[in-house]
Amino acid sequence: MAESTLNGRVVGIDLGTTNSLVAYMQGDAPVVIPGVDGLNLVPSVVALDPIPAEGGRPSVTVGNTARKALIETPERVIYSVKRLMGRGLEEIHDELKLFPFRLADDVEAGEVPRIRLGEMKFTPPEISAYILRQLKRNAERFFGAPVTQAVITVPAYFNDAQRQATKDAGRMAGLDVLRLVNEPTAAALAYGLDRAKVGTIAVYDLGGGTFDISILKLRDGIFEVQSTNGDTHLGGDDIDNLLLTIALDEIHAEHGVDLRQHPAAVQALRKAAIDAKIALSSEQVARFDIELPNGDRYQREIPRDVFELLIEPVLERTAGPCKQALADAGITPEQIDEVVLVGGSTRIPAVRQLVDELFHLAARGKRPHIELNPDEVVALGAAVQADILAGASKSTEEMLLLDVTPLSLGIEALGGTVARIIQRNSTIPASATEHFTTGVEGQTNVAIHVLQGERELAKDCRSLARFDLRGIPPMSAGLPRIEVKFLIDADGILQVTAREQRSGQQANIEVKPTYGLTDEQVEGMILDSFDHAEEDFAARLLIEARNEAETILTAVDRAPGNPAWKHLTGEEQAAIAAARDRLAAVNLGEDLSAIRDATLALDHATRRFAELMMDAAVTTAIRGKTMDAAGEQMGHEVTAPHPMAAAEFK
Amino acid sequence: MLKIIDSAVPIACWSCSIGHTDSTLFCPHCSKIQPPPGGDFFQVFGLERAFQVDLPALEHEFHRLSRKVHPDRFARAGELEREWSLADTALLNDAYRTLKEPLNRTEYLLKLEGAEIGEEHAGKDRKDQKDPSRVPTDLLEEVFELNMQLEEMRMARKMGESDPDLQASLEQAKRRFDGMLVEVDQSLRGQWQVWDQGDAAARHAAQKTMVALLDRRRYLNNLVRDVTESLGA
Repeated sequence: MAESTLNGRVVGIDLGTTNSLVAYMQGDAPVVIPGVDGLNLVPSVVALDPIPAEGGRPSVTVGNTARKALIETPERVIYSVKRLMGRGLEEIHDELKLFPFRLADDVEAGEVPRIRLGEMKFTPPEISAYILRQLKRNAERFFGAPVTQAVITVPAYFNDAQRQATKDAGRMAGLDVLRLVNEPTAAALAYGLDRAKVGTIAVYDLGGGTFDISILKLRDGIFEVQSTNGDTHLGGDDIDNLLLTIALDEIHAEHGVDLRQHPAAVQALRKAAIDAKIALSSEQVARFDIELPNGDRYQREIPRDVFELLIEPVLERTAGPCKQALADAGITPEQIDEVVLVGGSTRIPAVRQLVDELFHLAARGKRPHIELNPDEVVALGAAVQADILAGASKSTEEMLLLDVTPLSLGIEALGGTVARIIQRNSTIPASATEHFTTGVEGQTNVAIHVLQGERELAKDCRSLARFDLRGIPPMSAGLPRIEVKFLIDADGILQVTAREQRSGQQANIEVKPTYGLTDEQVEGMILDSFDHAEEDFAARLLIEARNEAETILTAVDRAPGNPAWKHLTGEEQAAIAAARDRLAAVNLGEDLSAIRDATLALDHATRRFAELMMDAAVTTAIRGKTMDAAGEQMGHEVTAPHPMAAAEFK
Repeated sequence: MLKIIDSAVPIACWSCSIGHTDSTLFCPHCSKIQPPPGGDFFQVFGLERAFQVDLPALEHEFHRLSRKVHPDRFARAGELEREWSLADTALLNDAYRTLKEPLNRTEYLLKLEGAEIGEEHAGKDRKDQKDPSRVPTDLLEEVFELNMQLEEMRMARKMGESDPDLQASLEQAKRRFDGMLVEVDQSLRGQWQVWDQGDAAARHAAQKTMVALLDRRRYLNNLVRDVTESLGA
């Protein structure tokens, strides 16, 4: 085990609000690993299947299958859980209003919130762990070998608790998280592989639920972050919610139907809102056309200019953090050599317009970088960082990432003031040492309140954590001299250690954070340990290979009914039939590689058929649009369904 | 906050057991990473104590050392080496952050040399400001005048009125204080040179001057901040 861990691959994971991806370094280029369905993006959606008829625990599905369940059984599905990561009960009220999170009734203040999913309850890190486990499995299926080490990306503006929750999720999924990397920095790494050696770049990252801006200096392979800023609750979700709210209100006013009472209908409407938003990136008008439960139709056109007016306040909220980041880096917009756009929301033309104005790009004859797919670039960068950590790779041996902490760290002092001990934008790891004493005779505990923020009074800062120092030797008040060392590690996570110096015994003081999950709780939530479904690795691969074979066999059996079938020659049809019979035969056996080979062969035999079907699907999709508009859309995103996803085995 | 340990004490390398002095991140014999060395931030970069620092050379050395000591280079190393890499890199980063920034560097070196420096936590200055004994004497009259104007400005804002004359006067005051800050910085740079090149007596005098300059600087900074806030960004 130890040997294989040492030599095993390290994968890079983008655990996103909307979509998640896993990537690895293939030679000297990072590539995304597709799922069983052949798609790179795994929707960050988790669904609880119905309880099996024979009893036992219901199983959990992730990704596109889970998303399908969203319309049918919304009460058993959860998405955008990243918004809840590392947050306390009192912090998530706004989220509960906008998102269909169902909080468990028995959650008490100070506890990590639990979310109801069907008849079960999960903490946000557990939900994220299911997504991570799916990505891990996708990678294992791709490599045909276990994957146990990963780099996971987080928004640069994530605080300590949010980062710790992400690491906990990794551990629950059976992953050794070698590093948390900030998303914008990861994107810079992905772009930096083959880019100018010296320069200053800004990364503007507007994703599904978070916004980050980072400014980096590049020099001979060293990526030194100068400053970072952002908003952990700002993204495409907010735009969807705007459209959704308008539609819900209009439907209520015009048709007298309050859809808010119908979770499934709200989900259908949300999907329509997202489709409209995406369409408006390439077209001038988008349409809502929804059938309501009472048989009425809600039809509405949204012109792009109306849409842009509507979302302006949301986009404007990204301007402040950009200006602050520039100020903190001590530079003007003109000193930014390049701007990189990350996150699906940067496809919106109004966002690109705003970025252009913020950094005076067009005026200087520059354009932002969009060469890498904004949905994938963070995962690609995570793969680069994974390669750096794995070491022994020529393509990344000269690269090193020096990141910063996004928020100033302070401790509450007497009178409710804040003593700042580590400034924001300090390169991490960073440390500070402070001394404390007791106020009461024989006191053995001291509570330290750690805050983040730039304000002078504790009540104006955000409480980050409370640490209890326990086991102080009893002495007169004011006599103990407790040295407390605060260290922000390379993951941006705070470590606190304390020692009493006066007693001469240099006793190590126990430091206990009073937030998040305890080690024991995380231990108990490790997925495979309570799934009771822990099969050995080879057995799992066999099951997955069989499922895949079943999927392609079912599709092939239906093929003769498809109009495209007629366009195949007799030989092509015969070849498919032969490959089909071969796969059906070996699929009864236990030989993993035979099943894989036969699956691959059948996939190969049906490739032309798949192409014919895809052509037909595309023709259907663009019927009724001008060819120009269709071409533009194709350029952005080819979404035609591939009925038989290529099976990619190594 | 700072521990100064006699750097001549030899310490045995954990890996090759050969003794070395205490101010190195890597064993000079076997090149293995070492626990965080004692000594000051200058020693981390192999520099003599000085107020003037060659910044491009400092950055170059920071990058060179980062490449060797950063936790990314030890992701798969043993627990002890990972722990030392983390602690060493924190020390390296803290040292670089302090030395690259002129004011931080000046305060740091003055403290190393035993000078008493005013409290630097930003939150604590404001109350002291009203204390007349802390006002530099040449500014007494002006600060008195300014405080009156700031008060007037607050009242005017409260009433929702605007007073262009007052506004202009405050803007002028801000420009004047900004100019004084530039002068202070020039004087500081002059004292750096005196200290770096001087003998013990010259150094002692330069230290006293620098402590006073830093006090004045902090005071002016707070004035500028108050005026800027009052003008309402």
